[in-house]
Amino acid sequence: MTGFTLDARNLICPLPVVRTQEKVEQLDSGDELEVFCTDPAALHDIPAWCRIHGHQVVETSERRGDIVVRLRVHKLD
Amino acid sequence: MTTQRKAVALISGGLDSMLAAKIILNQGIHVEGVNIFTGFCVAGHTHAIRARDRNKSMRNHALWVADQLGIKLHIIDVIEEYKQVLLNPKHGYGANLNPCLDCKGFMVRKAREWMDQHRFDFIITGEVVGQRPKSQLKHKLPIIARESEAFDRLLRPLSAQVLEPTLPERAGWVDREKLGRITGRSRKAQMAMADRFGFSGYSQPAGGCCFLTDSNYSAKLRDLWRMRGERRYEFDDIMLLKVGRHLRPRPNFKLIVARDAGENRFLHGFSKRFTHLYTDSHPGPLALIDGHASRDELELAARITARFGQGRAASQVRVKVTQRDGHQQVLSVTPLSQDQIPKEWYV
Ligand code: SF4
Repeated sequence: MTGFTLDARNLICPLPVVRTQEKVEQLDSGDELEVFCTDPAALHDIPAWCRIHGHQVVETSERRGDIVVRLRVHKLD
Repeated sequence: MTTQRKAVALISGGLDSMLAAKIILNQGIHVEGVNIFTGFCVAGHTHAIRARDRNKSMRNHALWVADQLGIKLHIIDVIEEYKQVLLNPKHGYGANLNPCLDCKGFMVRKAREWMDQHRFDFIITGEVVGQRPKSQLKHKLPIIARESEAFDRLLRPLSAQVLEPTLPERAGWVDREKLGRITGRSRKAQMAMADRFGFSGYSQPAGGCCFLTDSNYSAKLRDLWRMRGERRYEFDDIMLLKVGRHLRPRPNFKLIVARDAGENRFLHGFSKRFTHLYTDSHPGPLALIDGHASRDELELAARITARFGQGRAASQVRVKVTQRDGHQQVLSVTPLSQDQIPKEWYV
């Protein structure tokens, strides 16, 4: 497992999801990604995106005013 | 063994594309969605920015739809490419700056490219014959199929039975008899179908799928082009047009004044790129200056900014002005009264 971060601050919906989507494409199953956002909509949208693509949201939290979504990548192939 | 056929659905987040995808899913087709993000999409943005909208659902509608249907959704960012569609639409604009026919052709083209790349078989959309004045007239639909180069791999499940059979129907991948024959502007048939499928909580935007159908938004975009002397925009421009009061007291500059704490926060993210003002002696909004204001004009801008703060009734308000280079000054001004702000200043 390798840990990655993504800065999606100051982007508003749906761009945090678009950036997450692009980043996850480059990762492997089991990798973890922390996405830092400022738009609270990310709290709904990134988990929804994970659900439909089969990735797992490990934790959502708030750190120094940023919203942080930690997810684990699951890929079938 | 029969081949599992695959369809890519254009998902806008509204009810019609949700129904179209469901009809095809029910026929045993593998469906995945694409959502085309032009930068003008309504979903989410205003909610994300404005404090008073916070309590409303902030979800992205297209993702919500995909989640409900249990299909994958791929969001395609076309902000750059879309400029050509909006700036030079071959088929012109609708009532406002909405280039719907070109836009539809473009979106279906994007879906067609995605289909080719991912070896899918056909494309579905939620279009309904006769629903919208310009882009969904029966004789306009073939233009979309042709210009997107989707040709007869483009199926409109809601209206299919009143249209020429497409490849998926002719080849027997889907059963034409089970497709819809909805036409016209009434939403009744769609609502009834939604009930049958057990859908609730879907969004029904009144105007359309994007800000370009909005007359206020279009007026602001036209003003931006006129004042810059050229038709051009960057992503930040079109985001800022969604936020705040826009006042143009002089041709050479415009003020963008936040309306609440949410907008204050949002505009703050842009403050390094603009000369900006806020009231120092009283709580009040952040205002950005788009364009160039002279010394005297800065004072006018400060008086306008003060007008929208809590010191509007005070005789003197201190307004802090920060230039783009970081240089700061404090102006003591008398706020303008409401009738000192002519209506024409509002963009
Ligand atoms: S309303 Fe906007 S997004 Fe929808 S077709 Fe027209 S221009 Fe395109």
